[in-house]
Amino acid sequence: MANLTELKVGQRAIIKEYHSFLPHIKLLEMGCLPGNTVELVQIAPLNDPIYINVNGSHIAIRKSTAAKIEIELL
Amino acid sequence: MSKTINVALIGNPNTGKTSVFNSLTGLNQKVGNYPGITVEKKIGSCKLSNGIKAQILDLPGTYSLNTTSLDESVVVELLMNKKDSLYPDVAVVVSDVENLKRNLLLFTQIKDLKIPSILVINMADQMPRKGISIDVELLEKQLDTKIAVVSTRKGEGIEKIKDLIAAYDTLSNSPNTDVSVIDPTYFERLKTVFPKEDIYKLWLVITQDVNFTSIEKKSLDRLTSFQTKKKEELKKLQHRETVLRYQFINGVLKESYKVDYPSAKGLRASLDKILMHKIFGYVIFFAILLLIFQAIFEWSSYPSDWIDEQFAFVSDWIKNTLPPGILTNLLSEGIITGIGGIAVFIPQIAFLFLFISILEESGYMSRVVFLMDKLMRPFGLSGKSVVPLISGTACAIPAVMATRTIENWKERLITILVVPFTTCSARLPVYLILIALVIPEGTFLGISFKALTLFLLYLIGFAMALFSAMALNKMLKIRSRSFFMIEMPTYRLPLFKNVFYTVVEKTKSFVFGAGKIILAISIILWFLGSYGYSENFKNAEEIVSQRIEENGLNDYSKNYIKKNLLNYSENKGQPTGSIPNPLKITPEQDSLRILNNQLFERAKNQEIASYKLEHSFIGYAGKAIEPIVKPLGYDWKIGIAVITSFAAREVFVGTLATIYSVGNDEEETIKNRMAAELNDKGKPLFNLASGVSLMLFYAFAMQCMSTLAIVKRETNSWKWPLIQLIFMSLFAYVVAMSAYQILS
Repeated sequence: MANLTELKVGQRAIIKEYHSFLPHIKLLEMGCLPGNTVELVQIAPLNDPIYINVNGSHIAIRKSTAAKIEIELL
Repeated sequence: MSKTINVALIGNPNTGKTSVFNSLTGLNQKVGNYPGITVEKKIGSCKLSNGIKAQILDLPGTYSLNTTSLDESVVVELLMNKKDSLYPDVAVVVSDVENLKRNLLLFTQIKDLKIPSILVINMADQMPRKGISIDVELLEKQLDTKIAVVSTRKGEGIEKIKDLIAAYDTLSNSPNTDVSVIDPTYFERLKTVFPKEDIYKLWLVITQDVNFTSIEKKSLDRLTSFQTKKKEELKKLQHRETVLRYQFINGVLKESYKVDYPSAKGLRASLDKILMHKIFGYVIFFAILLLIFQAIFEWSSYPSDWIDEQFAFVSDWIKNTLPPGILTNLLSEGIITGIGGIAVFIPQIAFLFLFISILEESGYMSRVVFLMDKLMRPFGLSGKSVVPLISGTACAIPAVMATRTIENWKERLITILVVPFTTCSARLPVYLILIALVIPEGTFLGISFKALTLFLLYLIGFAMALFSAMALNKMLKIRSRSFFMIEMPTYRLPLFKNVFYTVVEKTKSFVFGAGKIILAISIILWFLGSYGYSENFKNAEEIVSQRIEENGLNDYSKNYIKKNLLNYSENKGQPTGSIPNPLKITPEQDSLRILNNQLFERAKNQEIASYKLEHSFIGYAGKAIEPIVKPLGYDWKIGIAVITSFAAREVFVGTLATIYSVGNDEEETIKNRMAAELNDKGKPLFNLASGVSLMLFYAFAMQCMSTLAIVKRETNSWKWPLIQLIFMSLFAYVVAMSAYQILS
């Protein structure tokens, strides 16, 4: 199953329902909710963190967090 | 008497909340700390049209009422406590037009607390460019609130906010959502146990780890049964609550908020590409760091020197004008010099905060974090620590103040604790004179040993800072957000007003916050160095005068005078030999005699000063600590210099000059005098072993009272500066001793 780290720059996806893992409440508040669209804007030059646009919020998160968020590619 | 109401300014970070605050209050601001913690508390006031005075509290930026940091806890605690003297009569929620959807999450939570609320939609000037249109009237109806569309950049809409605040008693205080729908049976149970309490407040008490005073302690016992039962369940419920709020918000915005997406991108994308480019990104960042460094190291030295001169002038003037005595001395040498010692830091602080507020305001600081996160992560720091650490290379004081931009308290504390290890400019005079004295001539790979030593000292300082950060990260047990997330805000042109206010406020906070402590310590140090209790001290002038009459000046002074006279007469082209006819003194000979007298007076005064210092309180302290500093290769004279340089490291050189009774205005003289000093084995006192030991001591020891004072202010307790002082001094002692023992 695909997760957020597998997105390519400029690619968009839909966040899938959370099952075993529930992300930090702050991520949910920023709009990382199931059904919302997420786009990978940029990857840091040192390959981590990643910069995403989710539901209109532009945020940077580490890959370790991103790896737990399952997505469906658009 | 006019009525005063409390207004709380609440909003997400990066919404221009501070701009709104500045526009509303102007310079009527007071900045302090919340009692017992380090969160900044900003209060201002403004007059409203109907004569009511609004006391405006600028709360820390927060994304929601779910707390994960101290800053956010402050917000929740205030909004939950009706008895708090600052409990708002009206909440002004500031949002930014581009991120309205996310900003409304916080708004609905505040509405649900039944606090009368106003929504400010800021940055309205961006709307046409971003293709955004809003039906304000519809939105007001749907959110059951009043809205002010504002552009702080253009100064539009501020009056509207004031009018809405003035009419605060007409605002609705009914909630936006009903939180109990996320788990009806659970909330039904809560209701039966606490029939009197508001259900959303109860929910916050259960889920948030904050100190609540409004709800009785005993009821909290019953609450814990709701808490412990289902930790994971609670998290799921919070998830559901967030979904619920977004459902409500999406429903609201569907009708009233339109974005034309293609025009929304643009500037952000192109600037991001350059500023976070693999190569250019780092090149630009280091260029900016270099510029900051240049400003605090180089540019600020002009105003600093000027300030220094002015205070020296005033000090002299007082000494020459007022009748001599202890009070005049206290005023001119203790107080004025002490205040001068605070004022010289102002240019550095102003310059650093000029840059930092521009970086923050423009949105660039988040990009720095993005670029540097991976590099700093092993040390428990994030990219935000980079700017303070680098600016510490100029001066630790503004650097410690700059850590305010780090939201994570643990990271901020670590940065504050390790910054003083970086090689600040006050260490340079000490390093330079010691390097010149003890490091041999010669080159390694074409670079002189001396230059290499200086480079190594910089490297050691930086390495030590990073290494201690890593250790502290493991040792400190502080609740902090365990995961990393940072918003990448839109790029904006910094507002001059905001930058200006930041610079003024930071400077004020240093002068009035840390200044008191610095002044007190410098007066104490001055007193201990200028006064003594022994007979020797009281009769210093007679004792030294008599000694000179009997034995003449000391050898060093004699040589010094001879050399100066020689120089003088060589320049004049006259032989200094015997005077052929004592009755016929030429004008040249006369001037030579005057010079001789001047030099003699000067040398005598220097010998008196040296004698006085030796027999002052500090002099005795220096002698008392000789056994302690002996293993480091120092004698009591260096001991005295180590004690006095606690005021500031560069004082080390000046103290040695006084104690060796040479003028401290000529570096060559001091250096020669230091080179001539012998230890008890008849070898030069300043040799490789003791020199390296001293340099390492100054590299690691917390020899700076101003840094201690600012750490006290920034951590709001004496605990951390004292730990810092003790740890750094002990560490410096051990390292310096090892170095001396190995090298000698």
